[in-house]
Amino acid sequence: MARSVTTQRKVFNTLLAWLIGLLIFFPILWTILTSFKTEAQAINDPPLFLFFDWTLENYAVVQDRSNYTRYLWNSVIIAIGSTILGVLIAIPAAWSMAFIPSRRTKDILLWMLSTKMLPAVGVLYPIYLLFIQLKLLDSRLGLTIILMLINLPIIVWMLYTYFREIPGEILEAARMDGAGLKDEILHVLTPMAIPGIASTVLLNVILAWNEAFWTLNLTAAKAAPLTAFIASYSSPEGLFYAKLSAASTMAIAPILILGWFSQKQLVRGLTFGAVK
Amino acid sequence: MGRIVLDKVSKSFGTTEVIPPLDLTIEEGEFAVFVGPSGCGKSTLLRLIAGLEDVSGGVVKINGEDATAVPPAKRGLAMVFQSYALYPHMSVRKNIAFPLRMAKLDKSEIKQRVEDAASVLNLTDYLDRRPGQLSGGQRQRVAIGRAIVREPEAFLFDEPLSNLDAALRVGMRLEISELHKRLATTMIYVTHDQVEAMTMADKIVVLQAGVIEQVGSPLELYRSPRNKFVAGFIGSPKMNLLEGSEAARYNAHTIGIRPEHLTVSTDGNGWQGVVGVSEHLGSDTFLHVQCDDFEPTLTVRADGELDLDYGARVSITPDLNHLHLFDHDGQRIG
Repeated sequence: MARSVTTQRKVFNTLLAWLIGLLIFFPILWTILTSFKTEAQAINDPPLFLFFDWTLENYAVVQDRSNYTRYLWNSVIIAIGSTILGVLIAIPAAWSMAFIPSRRTKDILLWMLSTKMLPAVGVLYPIYLLFIQLKLLDSRLGLTIILMLINLPIIVWMLYTYFREIPGEILEAARMDGAGLKDEILHVLTPMAIPGIASTVLLNVILAWNEAFWTLNLTAAKAAPLTAFIASYSSPEGLFYAKLSAASTMAIAPILILGWFSQKQLVRGLTFGAVK
Repeated sequence: MGRIVLDKVSKSFGTTEVIPPLDLTIEEGEFAVFVGPSGCGKSTLLRLIAGLEDVSGGVVKINGEDATAVPPAKRGLAMVFQSYALYPHMSVRKNIAFPLRMAKLDKSEIKQRVEDAASVLNLTDYLDRRPGQLSGGQRQRVAIGRAIVREPEAFLFDEPLSNLDAALRVGMRLEISELHKRLATTMIYVTHDQVEAMTMADKIVVLQAGVIEQVGSPLELYRSPRNKFVAGFIGSPKMNLLEGSEAARYNAHTIGIRPEHLTVSTDGNGWQGVVGVSEHLGSDTFLHVQCDDFEPTLTVRADGELDLDYGARVSITPDLNHLHLFDHDGQRIG
């Protein structure tokens, strides 16, 4: 007997999905709403939802007080740079692990992932000292490298999973057809793995964009990205909620828009391989 | 061009030796078929020749030159895989052109050669399709097209027809044979199907557990199998093998007789037995006869029009000129 989906059930499911969606989205929505309130309305009790005096004043103040564009550029360069660098290193790494695995490959993969379980602060001191030595403190290059390194295990792991789905015989066929290693990776493996690579890139741009620990600790003024921009509006007293919200909205807007337009890719990427 | 020599080539995976050292020569222009049951090492042997696996010992020579350390891309061999292994993101045209692009030929030459190959293989109308839009037989043709465009030293086929249905398989078998006659290039073909081996090969190499059991032309192998394994493997239906007192009469441990060398009659001397299942192929009838004096059922080839009921009593006479005798170790003694 076929399972019939009644209209009632459809309506219920749709409402439930919307409810859960809104619940997850609520903190972001609240931040955006708060950014349009005055400071007094922002801390009003009971909280005001939609009926307040909408104002752009916070944005004007934030714009006035700090150089948003500079932070934005730093974020863009660091997030995209670290992702590209990571993918360039991870493709050959994942290729070798997926297609010519050794007895240790599984161990190496797990070991790489285990570095993500280490609290970042545990290595802050040595890294900080290294950065001083290498004169990388407060530089985009330094941040690009460190973010590439911390995301590399995830990039390798994701690409490894995608590559495993590609039949090895196709790569062997390329070898028989006279393709060297470079041609094999460039003309056969990469084009076949494009959907996987795209979602890996997207996810890692988002991860790098949102990364706060290293970006806050290793920058001061020059290379500070949007995370530092937000942080500069959070005061211990918590007095300027509206301005903090405006700064946050400005910081998350670009990545939110990117995520919105690429959600198909992202979902595909995150569930890739689950069902063949 | 295209003479391949294996000199004491061996292969081990870890501590398991899958191919003990073996010698084999495949002459220029020859159609050699590696045949054997699954797991006999025939595909591994092909991959060693291709360079897709490294040999554990010995030397692979292509045209007299030591190719053991040469990567697959530089061996000048083309391979057709069981799964076709087409590039799914490229059109048929680009698939066929790929080896030529890798060889850095100029564009007009590539175009010409791809179109020639496509017309030979009846693919001209499909050049702009993706492999996913083709049928199994067409994909197989594209894989062959990709192999022939670059005019390789030798073609390697790894069970290329096993994914096709029976009718298509017979057709492709003929096409590959014709291709070999036309190109006169060395071909090495791996299959577990002894019919493919018999119909296509100039030279059959029968393998079992990584060991070459016999090398020879199809009829040599059919007429005088060197041992019991080859006797049982080559020929369809299988040769009848009898042990015990029947064999002892000929001073052998085992005697073998092919179904077509047995004569069936309803009255006569010879082995007495009862007809079991009869398989009517039209041209022939294969009778499965249970004899009174020994255990194994005999397969007998009889006239296509012969109609014997299940359970009918018959007598069977072997043609003694075509008796195969094997000793205790299964080796041929006469």
